[in-house]
Amino acid sequence: MAEGSRDQGGVGTTDPEEDSPNMIVYRKIEDIVTRIQDEKAGGVAIRTVKSFLSKIPSVVSGADIVQWLMKNLFIEDPAEAIHLGSLIAAHGYIFPISDHVLTLKDDGTLYRFQSPYFWPSNCWEPENTDYAIYLCKRTMQNKARLELADYEAENLARLQRAFARKWEFIFMQAEAQVKIDRKKDKAERKILDSQERAFWDVHRPVPGCVNTTEMDIRKCRRERNPHRVKKSVYGVPDDGQSQPSPVHISSQPTRKATKEDVQKEITFLNIQLDRHCMKVSKVADSLMSYTDQFVEYDPFVSATEPSNPWISDDTSFWDLEGSRDPSQQRVKKWGFSLEEALKDPAGRDQFLKFLESEFSSENLRFWLAVQDLKRRPLQEVSSRAQEIWQEFLAEGAPSSINLDSHSYERTSQNLKDPARYSYEDAQEHIFKLMKSDSYARFLRSNIYQDLLLARKKVSLFPFYILLHPFWRRIVLFTPQH
Amino acid sequence: THQMACQGLQGGETVASLKRESESLRKKLEEERKKLSDIELNQVAEKIEVLGPLSIKTRRVLKGHGNKVLCMDWCKDKRRLVSSSQDGKVIVWDAFTLNKEHGVALPCTWVMACAYAPSGCAVACGGLDNKCSVFPLSLDKNENLSAKKKSVAMHTNYVSGCTFTSSDMQILTSSGDGTCALWDVESGQLLQSFHGHTADVLSLDLAPSETGNTFVSGGCDKKANIWDMRSGQNIQSFESHESDINCVKYYPSGDAFASASDDATCRFYDLRADREVAVYQKDSVIFGASTVDFSLSGRLLFAGYNDYTINVWDVLKGTRASILFGHENRVSRVRVSPDGTALCSASWDNTLRVSWAAYL
Repeated sequence: MAEGSRDQGGVGTTDPEEDSPNMIVYRKIEDIVTRIQDEKAGGVAIRTVKSFLSKIPSVVSGADIVQWLMKNLFIEDPAEAIHLGSLIAAHGYIFPISDHVLTLKDDGTLYRFQSPYFWPSNCWEPENTDYAIYLCKRTMQNKARLELADYEAENLARLQRAFARKWEFIFMQAEAQVKIDRKKDKAERKILDSQERAFWDVHRPVPGCVNTTEMDIRKCRRERNPHRVKKSVYGVPDDGQSQPSPVHISSQPTRKATKEDVQKEITFLNIQLDRHCMKVSKVADSLMSYTDQFVEYDPFVSATEPSNPWISDDTSFWDLEGSRDPSQQRVKKWGFSLEEALKDPAGRDQFLKFLESEFSSENLRFWLAVQDLKRRPLQEVSSRAQEIWQEFLAEGAPSSINLDSHSYERTSQNLKDPARYSYEDAQEHIFKLMKSDSYARFLRSNIYQDLLLARKKVSLFPFYILLHPFWRRIVLFTPQH
Repeated sequence: THQMACQGLQGGETVASLKRESESLRKKLEEERKKLSDIELNQVAEKIEVLGPLSIKTRRVLKGHGNKVLCMDWCKDKRRLVSSSQDGKVIVWDAFTLNKEHGVALPCTWVMACAYAPSGCAVACGGLDNKCSVFPLSLDKNENLSAKKKSVAMHTNYVSGCTFTSSDMQILTSSGDGTCALWDVESGQLLQSFHGHTADVLSLDLAPSETGNTFVSGGCDKKANIWDMRSGQNIQSFESHESDINCVKYYPSGDAFASASDDATCRFYDLRADREVAVYQKDSVIFGASTVDFSLSGRLLFAGYNDYTINVWDVLKGTRASILFGHENRVSRVRVSPDGTALCSASWDNTLRVSWAAYL
């Protein structure tokens, strides 16, 4: 049954070796480079290229790699394929044979594949002693292609100073490596040298290049090698003086699942089974109609009026949205739902104004008071809750609201120990009431309709004065806001 | 079997037999939910118009951090934002003018979380120090912000995310210690803690409702959980990702949310259907997704990835609408501004970029 896979010791049972985030990506890249190299299965042709007096073994052109990526990963835009290919290079899986900078070019530039020995999935974290050995042995070889780049020469100088006392040891190790290398076949050496260089290009990148070995500190503790036991590239025994990796957060010991844990799970699952859920077709329709309603307000889909400040450097759009004098488009939103109306301070004001005209504003004022209560610091909660009771619910309250007896009972019970959420039931009840009753009337009211249809009333003047011909002329020539 | 399941809770059952019971309930739940999955979201969405070509421009680059930018948050005024970095610095910018308005140096590195207070008068931040602290922003540019620092949240591991609730008075935090917590800013008191995740919690988001009291969290246990802020109870749980969930964000109506994961996918979950209703993925997208946010209408989902790009997904149709290049290292955070006019992206390349749609 499912017991086997779930049960490996407790709460949080992922196998740390396979599931770490870096490993997931490495496996995918490794799958890709394996496929690219498989000529029989549609991979690219890896050939030996003749160059002046010598041969360049085992290479592929950048353009070939880009073509392969586009075809096999269904990429339409070459820029995307180049970007992905460059990342694969930056992580050390492919490399240009004549450059330390690990990017992919969509041309005849020649690339080689990294040896699985050097793959990042082997959790390399090479020490500076290894790097010193590497740079040192490079200086021992007389080939032009192995000359140190400026930044490498600088690195070598720094390391010589840092390891002054054990330089003799490093020098000897480098000599030993050179001896081993000389025994190999010429073509093989070309390939191995380049792969080794590419390895160091990942772990000691060219200044200015991204160091792809950098880790997200939140994920470190689950790495395959959490204690960062360092293995040497050149088989140098660890002398115990290496720095422990600074990136180590103490990890939680995974608890074994207790009876209580599983009983909680069972209770939770039973609650979920009892939940009434909607069909996907229905929620899909709901999501589509919500988005459809708001698409005209979405600056990433529809042009804004006035223009988006970020585009035009003109903040009129923001000034307008911030004003208490709302645009028609903004007023239209209030009609989408009571929530939308209350979200907008201007909408809240107008709804309150309407209710006041009906002498029924206590519901909304109660709702607003409870919202305010929830935003108060802990210290003020108790007294504020009492104040709300006095104002809205106590006997003879000045702004008495109508609650059903059930909510009333619950609320008065809650008030024995007044807290932030004491009025939740009551608030929910009142909200439903407003939604089904006064909100609908608000939308039909003159107050709302006038704003929606931009019927301007010049409320500063006594209305009758406008009837005078003198004022009519002025009003006609006044620009509309 | 439902009855049998209830009977199983009594008496001295072994952990093993309880687990069997839990498994069978899980299977039953899976079957029940499947019955409601009568059609795919993208199939229903075939009838809506395809979006016109999306042309997004990046014309503001905020430079000033000395190391990876890990987090950012917009101010309600739609132009200011706060950002935090691996080098311990927190900066408040007016992104519109590119001016740096405030700067604080925290004594710890890796400030993974920062948030702007609703009033615009304070910011909160936290990270490797296991705390979340609140700094009031003074109008006096010369004033040392560190002096007024107020330590609010205390976790037993790193703080991965923080947000103010609807006022400056409470903050909600998520932590590597596997919990989320609600705090009273003034007193520093813990108001409610939320237990249920079985590994680090990496992200949280408050439901956008005026009336609701819920939030969603996601973490290294691959689960996304919905919580009731009042009781501390886990209301719903979703598990379909194959690796860590790095970020969760509500759809603007509050009925659904999206997640970004190291499995290189983003997913869309509807709370009413209690299941995943869309997966956003491509063969060429193989690096983990670290962050997501919706455009104002919910039509677009912006997702930042560890391959330095931002993919823009058509939420309903499930296709990719656009891809943004520009950052030179991982994208750690994307956030749409409060009125939807711009997108800010923060990156390990030490910069923040502000982008918007150009109309053709």
